[in-house]
Amino acid sequence: MHELPQQLANGLILGSLYGLIAIGYTMVYGIVQLINFAHGEIFMTGGFGALTTYLILPPGTGLWLALPLMLLGGVLISVIVAVAAERFAYRPLRGAPKLAPLITAIGLSLALQQVVEQFYPGAKSGRSFPQLPGGPYHIGSVTLQPADIFLFVAAPLCMGALAAFVGKTRTGRGMQATAQDPDTAKLMGINTDRIIVIAFALGAAFAAVAAVGWGLRYGQVSPTMGFLAGLKAFTAAVLGGIGNIYGAMLGGLVLGVAEALATAYIQEIPGMHQLGGGSWANVWAFVLLIVVLLVRPQGLLGERVADRA
Amino acid sequence: MTALLEVEDLRVSYGKIEAVKGISFSVKQGEVTTLIGTNGAGKTTTLRTLSGLLKPTQGKITFDGQALSTVPAHKIVSLGLAHSPEGRHIFPRMSIEENLLLGAFLRKDSAGITEDVERAYALFPILGERRKQAAGTLSGGEQQMLAMGRALMSRPKLLMLDEPSMGLSPLMMQKIMATIVELKASGTTILLVEQNAQAALSLSDRGYVMETGRIVLTGTGADLLHDESVRKAYLGED
Repeated sequence: MHELPQQLANGLILGSLYGLIAIGYTMVYGIVQLINFAHGEIFMTGGFGALTTYLILPPGTGLWLALPLMLLGGVLISVIVAVAAERFAYRPLRGAPKLAPLITAIGLSLALQQVVEQFYPGAKSGRSFPQLPGGPYHIGSVTLQPADIFLFVAAPLCMGALAAFVGKTRTGRGMQATAQDPDTAKLMGINTDRIIVIAFALGAAFAAVAAVGWGLRYGQVSPTMGFLAGLKAFTAAVLGGIGNIYGAMLGGLVLGVAEALATAYIQEIPGMHQLGGGSWANVWAFVLLIVVLLVRPQGLLGERVADRA
Repeated sequence: MTALLEVEDLRVSYGKIEAVKGISFSVKQGEVTTLIGTNGAGKTTTLRTLSGLLKPTQGKITFDGQALSTVPAHKIVSLGLAHSPEGRHIFPRMSIEENLLLGAFLRKDSAGITEDVERAYALFPILGERRKQAAGTLSGGEQQMLAMGRALMSRPKLLMLDEPSMGLSPLMMQKIMATIVELKASGTTILLVEQNAQAALSLSDRGYVMETGRIVLTGTGADLLHDESVRKAYLGED
């Protein structure tokens, strides 16, 4: 069991990424019972939005200085894409059979991938993303890159801000009410259409933060980066209990850590040496999902939905 | 006394099925008006249309001088029309107090809201004792009290109560009916929908009997209570 602290750190970093993206799936599902399969692509457009912002800044701008602007640019693009998707793709289908918006989501996901691939110069082979200067930092036996530090700071900040928003603000209470009983929320005077837009926008903003973290960590953004990341984040949301924002973050962290540990240690189990390593990481992630769903179908923090009569 | 609510030739459909087939009725300021009728008569559909959750296919709704049928549901409560829905529909994972505060969602006067929360607790002391408890853990009767208290939090000109006695013990039902009398005495105008015709008519100024989407009979509460066909159909007498 060498390097266990390092593997745990890797897992938590990966998990923060999954968790940040998962919040978008879970918020939208919690309010409109829609799995927004285009959310992975909303994450991807945030990465390109941040890259574009960096490219139009004067050359030589220090990255620590550019970072807040890149975040802003990424969030802006993701939010615009998500709000437009809600308005023009999903809202017209509200009240339609559940399969219709689901298929729309898959179509939208492919369309966004293709648009970026065709029209963003050089996107097809992946565009390199600027790297934060400094590091690596050594904390005990753990080595962290600047991008890891960014995620370790950004994920708790985002989570805290979201918890405060949902728990303490008037709009947040309106959001909880809409999630529990949309018709009755309307009777209270809550504009549920507006709440739905806010849920899409918030989820997109967190996805964009994750996309910046992704670019910094892996050094590039590509039109297809949202596919597997989105699928993993969706897995995290289900694992944590879909509809529950804390569950999304918890599910992300559990998934990230499980993946990191499986990658590092499964090959050390006698007779399983060929099932370890990075190429099996995705397999173990989904095995974990299946096991949790067998034992606890509502997810780690999910509630049985019996009260939704 | 003038009519606070005037409904003319209202029709409402679910797809091809027409649930309300051209009804007209009015609710006068300060009175308790009741719609009675069996399951499926269209009473709940009528209330849901008044509060904007359903759109009428035809007809005119005038509330406090304003046409309602094109106003979106979330704006209705701000006009002074509050709806305590059938099946109570409290927010189960929120506390009693949070539920009451949601009833005042559009109000900005925090002093007045605090005062009204206390008034709801005075009206239903059991709610005050459990203010931090999740509403989903309350008994049916307590949930009904909460739904009524929540509807009152908007200080409505007209309070619509849909089946407040449904599924309650006789004792709890008496308590709810007594509360309606109390609310009326304090000047609240009420539109009540009930299957319990006896209890509802005996406290109503005016009643309308609905059958399969139509109003078939109307009169004062006392008239209907003594009407032979009503007694046969709704009060279980031969």
